[in-house]
Amino acid sequence: MKRLSLAVAGLVVLFAGKAFAGGLDPTCSSCHALTKPTDTSLDRLWTRKGPDLWYAGSKFNADWLTAWLQNPKPIRPAGYPYFKTIMTGPDHDLPDPSKITPHPKLDKAAAEAATAELMKLKAPADLVTAGAFKGEKSGARMGGLSFKKLRGCIACHQGEDGKGGLSGPELTDAGARLQPDFIAAYTADPQKFDPHIWMPKLSLKDKDIQRLTAYLVSLGGHP
Amino acid sequence: MKIRMALGIVAAAFFALPGSGHAEVSAEKLYGTYCVQCHGLKRNGTGVNLPGLSTKPRDHTDTKGMGETPDDELFKAIKEGGLAVNKSVLMPNWGGVLSDDEIKELVKYLRVVCHCGH
Repeated sequence: MKRLSLAVAGLVVLFAGKAFAGGLDPTCSSCHALTKPTDTSLDRLWTRKGPDLWYAGSKFNADWLTAWLQNPKPIRPAGYPYFKTIMTGPDHDLPDPSKITPHPKLDKAAAEAATAELMKLKAPADLVTAGAFKGEKSGARMGGLSFKKLRGCIACHQGEDGKGGLSGPELTDAGARLQPDFIAAYTADPQKFDPHIWMPKLSLKDKDIQRLTAYLVSLGGHP
Repeated sequence: MKIRMALGIVAAAFFALPGSGHAEVSAEKLYGTYCVQCHGLKRNGTGVNLPGLSTKPRDHTDTKGMGETPDDELFKAIKEGGLAVNKSVLMPNWGGVLSDDEIKELVKYLRVVCHCGH
């Protein structure tokens, strides 16, 4: 019996070592699409367990990703996809903790290895264009006003002070988490990344996009 | 005779429930994907985003209020957003995500939800 346990433990170590040496842990792909999905239907959105990561290398900041994988605090307060993880409450719908699966926690070496692999998954140049955010950080103040009032982003996202809706990812540390060009490109056309995603494609002018991006980049202590 | 009539009423009530008819299945899924986040699982404006909203979303079960809103206004609100019908900016324009046909189906579905069919 002891010999069997040792053999199993050995296999687990071997498996984990191989998985991280040669690529991502295969369990990642059980919840996340690591290559661009061919199925772009609404039904696919309903069967997803986690956000697509096939453009992760153009989305995340590597340092943030390594730290988060070791301490994976929920990014989407209502779960993912939110419509499968909420329940009715006395005053309004609430996240249902029994339906929200915590993200696995990785050790430092595994987190660094996974980050290295994820950062290789770049979006095509026409999806996240280099220079989509023109770097004009002075627009952050107006961007904050757009976020909280003029464009209504706060309806679904929590901003700097943690106030806001729950169906979208919290953006309290957006600048630390996300690459500026990704923020600009995704805000302009979410469905180009994610067909049928429940974030509306607003009719925003580029000036709006630049200001909103400047505001979000400023959140989370990122320079 | 009475039993048959009672069964008929029960069946009619069942088919009048939101989403139970075939025509509404697709619109119900659209509602469940996009609208529920603010308008709620109960469809009465109590979605999971309510605590972050400065204006309460429309109660789609409000038979009187919804009954007084014409189809073209509902269509415009969904397609072009709240500001287009003098309502809140927090209702975004869904015209970039949903086709005109899908929005028309949603308007029909709202008439089922509010029990105020036009």
